[in-house]
Amino acid sequence: MTEVLPESKSSNGTYGGALLEVDNLHVEFHTRAGVAKAVNGVTYSVNAGETLAVLGESGSGKSVTAQTIMGILDMPPGKIANGEIRFRGTDLLKLPEEERRKVRGEGIAMIFQDALSALNPVFPVGWQIAEMFRIHRGMSRADAKKKAIELMDRVRIPAAKERVSDYPHQFSGGMRQRIMIAMSIALDPEVLIADEPTTALDVTVQAQIMELLAELQRESNMGLILITHDLGVVADVADKIAVMYGGRIVENAEVHDLYRNPAHPYAKGLLESIPRVDLKGQELYAIKGMPPNLLDMPTGCAFHPRCPYRQEKCVTDVPPLHTISGTRGSACHFWREVLDGDAQ
Amino acid sequence: MSEPTAAPAAPASAGKPRSLWQDTWDILKHRKIFWISFALLIMFLVMAAFPSLFTSKSPEYATLAKSMEPPSSDAWFGYDLQGRDVFARTIYGARTSIIVGVLATVGTVLLGGVVGVIAAYRGRWLDSLLSRIGEIFLGVPYVLGAIIILGSVAPVQSNPGKTMIMTVVIVVLAVLGWPVLARIARSAVIQAKHQDYVQAARALGAGPFRIVFKHLLPNSLAPILVYATITVGSYIGAEATLSLLGIGLRTPVISWGIAIADHTRYIRTGAHAMLFPAAFLSLCVLTFVMLGEAVRDALDPKLR
Repeated sequence: MTEVLPESKSSNGTYGGALLEVDNLHVEFHTRAGVAKAVNGVTYSVNAGETLAVLGESGSGKSVTAQTIMGILDMPPGKIANGEIRFRGTDLLKLPEEERRKVRGEGIAMIFQDALSALNPVFPVGWQIAEMFRIHRGMSRADAKKKAIELMDRVRIPAAKERVSDYPHQFSGGMRQRIMIAMSIALDPEVLIADEPTTALDVTVQAQIMELLAELQRESNMGLILITHDLGVVADVADKIAVMYGGRIVENAEVHDLYRNPAHPYAKGLLESIPRVDLKGQELYAIKGMPPNLLDMPTGCAFHPRCPYRQEKCVTDVPPLHTISGTRGSACHFWREVLDGDAQ
Repeated sequence: MSEPTAAPAAPASAGKPRSLWQDTWDILKHRKIFWISFALLIMFLVMAAFPSLFTSKSPEYATLAKSMEPPSSDAWFGYDLQGRDVFARTIYGARTSIIVGVLATVGTVLLGGVVGVIAAYRGRWLDSLLSRIGEIFLGVPYVLGAIIILGSVAPVQSNPGKTMIMTVVIVVLAVLGWPVLARIARSAVIQAKHQDYVQAARALGAGPFRIVFKHLLPNSLAPILVYATITVGSYIGAEATLSLLGIGLRTPVISWGIAIADHTRYIRTGAHAMLFPAAFLSLCVLTFVMLGEAVRDALDPKLR
């Protein structure tokens, strides 16, 4: 991965030297019922040491984007219709499978939502971690096992030495996720994608796992893409946020800007639907309506059927991602009103 | 948030690591049916490997004067039509039956397993093609298919050698039997293929070879193993069926099927010559079927 590949025109673009860039990615699923456009022009980037939170509800395309980055999308029915995914300036989508595989694990690694099902049930966890070293580094069994124990210590699994030969189902949910994390950081990847890493865990364990991820990131200066639908998880760890809706990014912002003053009605709705202690007893805000049907997207802005700011323009025109300031953007025709409304 | 990490889960594993196979063994240990079939299996295997431990008589030695003599203290199972010791022939017959059953099963597992795994892993048109080919084989009635193949390769009048005819019978059984195993392997692999750990392995840089051998196969092994065990039994029965029809194994070979075939006409006058080999045949088939079912029950968590 050290070789400098011929720079493509686009990689010298506005993002400069971002470590991982997703550029105008379009992914669709060809089903019997029609074409489901799961990802419609997603663009985001992450740098070393940076945490990008990708926020969105189920079906918003956040996991599909991640799977496309990893190259583990099931290719029929999935299809990449357009776009580039550049890792250190190289378009991964154009790489042959062999080259691509080298990027996985060493360049970009991924952890999954449900660690129990993401670990092979027939092998001990230590063996599975050690495999990473044996395949990619050609280590001997004994050395690889030693490294596995080290890693288990590093992700703070108590009594790692005694537990290397335990099987995944013998661990609790939080410990399993730690093992998954240990596997994914085994080869010191430059980017780690965490696809809802804490969704399957209870709240106290969630905090510990997030803490661990943040700490590992600080130690190794990884870029971290945190995919979640939980605003609470994001606030402490993320540097920037991309809010996704209907396969598009509707708001791009530094984390504090978004929390202080969202510029898209959807992001605003999400923030308002967080329970707050000072509003105890009042009815909790909920975004009305249902997520869009990917087979039959609303015309214009995908969010318009649910949007309190809706005007006629929203039904007909797809809003571009308006630049608000610097890296901040909002895909809403009326982002000014949304911002102003919040300021009142 | 630094030290409470140890709080959950630390005491979760009190004892040794537990894999699926260790769990299965723990359950099998307490099953009577497993030990019974296991003991019978050992008996049949020893019988096949060292028949001389059980009888000092030769299965080939014939005294025509004693033809169809009933069981006596001299010959426990009596004598057959040619005046040969039925007990000795029954003991020696185990070897043929078990060799045919086991090798035909190995062939079935290899052929069906490879086809099933490839079909499931590659999917799409190759899956359809292989599945349809399997269905064509499955559509051929078993006995009819065997009669046609054996009838053309080794016709009834011909006199093929021992190894030759055994090989032909083994190949015929495997060729006609692989599609069922291919289906089982295919469905097991498809199930495993969509598990998150396969995705995770891919996401961490595992190649197709590693995914098939380290992730898909180990997780698909249980149903294949169970079916294979039961299949050994049914192939032993199938071998006897073909021999009975006169198109399977022939006389220089000693087998239960041939013994039954040779003596069906004498069932009224000298049933012993047929009944003893038939009893051993049934018991042997039952052994493998029981063993397979015991393993299946132990592997299936829903039945626990």
